[in-house]
Amino acid sequence: MSDARDDGYDDFLDAVEAGEPYFLEGSEQGWLPPRVVDPVTGEADLEEAPLPETGEVLTHTTTFVAGPSFVDDAPYVVAIAEFGTVRITGQLRGVDPDDVEIGMAVELGVDHTETTGDRVIVFHPA
Amino acid sequence: MFYGNYMGEFAEQQGHQGPLMAEAAGVSAPATRIESACASSGVAVRFGYEKIKHGADVVLVGGAERMTNLSTADGTSALAAAADALWEIRAGITFPGAYSLMANRYFHEFGGGREELAHIAVKNHANAVENELAQFQKPIEVDDVLEAVDVCSPFGLFDCSPMSDGAAAAVLVSEEFADEHGLDAPVSITGAGQHTDHLALADRAAIPRAPAAERAGEMAFEDAGIEPDDVDVAEVHDCFTIAEVLALEALGFYEPGEGIGAARDGETTIDGDLPVNLSGGLKAKGHPVGATGCAQLSELTKLLRGDHVNSHAVDDASVGVTHNAGGTVASCVVHVLEVDA
Repeated sequence: MSDARDDGYDDFLDAVEAGEPYFLEGSEQGWLPPRVVDPVTGEADLEEAPLPETGEVLTHTTTFVAGPSFVDDAPYVVAIAEFGTVRITGQLRGVDPDDVEIGMAVELGVDHTETTGDRVIVFHPA
Repeated sequence: MFYGNYMGEFAEQQGHQGPLMAEAAGVSAPATRIESACASSGVAVRFGYEKIKHGADVVLVGGAERMTNLSTADGTSALAAAADALWEIRAGITFPGAYSLMANRYFHEFGGGREELAHIAVKNHANAVENELAQFQKPIEVDDVLEAVDVCSPFGLFDCSPMSDGAAAAVLVSEEFADEHGLDAPVSITGAGQHTDHLALADRAAIPRAPAAERAGEMAFEDAGIEPDDVDVAEVHDCFTIAEVLALEALGFYEPGEGIGAARDGETTIDGDLPVNLSGGLKAKGHPVGATGCAQLSELTKLLRGDHVNSHAVDDASVGVTHNAGGTVASCVVHVLEVDA
């Protein structure tokens, strides 16, 4: 991956690393940046709001067959967790894959992948 | 000409395949490549159908894909590019992984598990045994599915459609053109629908649902003037076993949470009330992604026309449906086909 930054995405990861994660608050659900327009309502008045510290695992999977960017990371757990009104996809670390359960409480973080060293969104048990 | 192709840049370093395919087919007409992930050629068919509704006489539609020249890792990576590049791929999501997230949430909300899914793979392999166009003409058992190598929980290898090379094409003509030229074309597309959803699975209001398929189905059924109960046979997008369940529920054949036992209970098998994927489906017929949508129409046309190896199972069928999905059903296109009585 090049050193070029991706607006919104890298800003969000920086904010998580700084301990100040945020999301874009829509009237029906929250979104991750960058977004100009709420895709559900069409409104263009999304405001940044602080992300709740604790989320809940909505679903998860343990990946055994990975793409080239994650071959040395496999097996790894991917989960979708809900923080207030926004849902985030990340890797769930710090727990045995067999012990992961839907509904478990997690905290958000940023770590690096084994394979490329790139930053990756992670969850840890709260 | 509308031509579906998803991963030409990954697999063959070849973009701009519209003119390439027009040349190959000997067609001198405006030719456009449609990219809508695994729904590419289903969308190409819909564009052709709409063009004919608006006055065109003849439109060539289809799609092609080459995948088996890539390694498993590179093929996995190419397919994953149909997910959200920043918010999903960088978290390590793969396509089997994305559908696994849907499957595990489905089990949590509605029940069911790997064994029910295994029956779907067994059914689709059984349907493909006599289909000479299928990639796998080989029956499998439930235990084969359950004991297969892990891909991502809950899926083993046999829950997943394969990497495939393949192509499909159809010549769509207007009723007037068929009449004027004395063409024997007993099967008609009588309805089409297409819809879109958030690209990232996490942004959906309900993870084990497919709203784009629900709306595409409603559009197609309304266009054709039919109800789900009128459908006699269906070809649906079983890229993973759970995907067939989500398709049957989205199209209104089952209530949410009630489709998972359909294959196990014999309701969607070759002698069931609603045979599903008599071609073998993506699972056994194969899934050359950019060709799949049109291949579904090709198989269903033969099934309804009476010249498919499994046509005997649907002798009395008059209405069939195809359901072709892209990504985690961020794109979906549905067609209704009817055969002259």
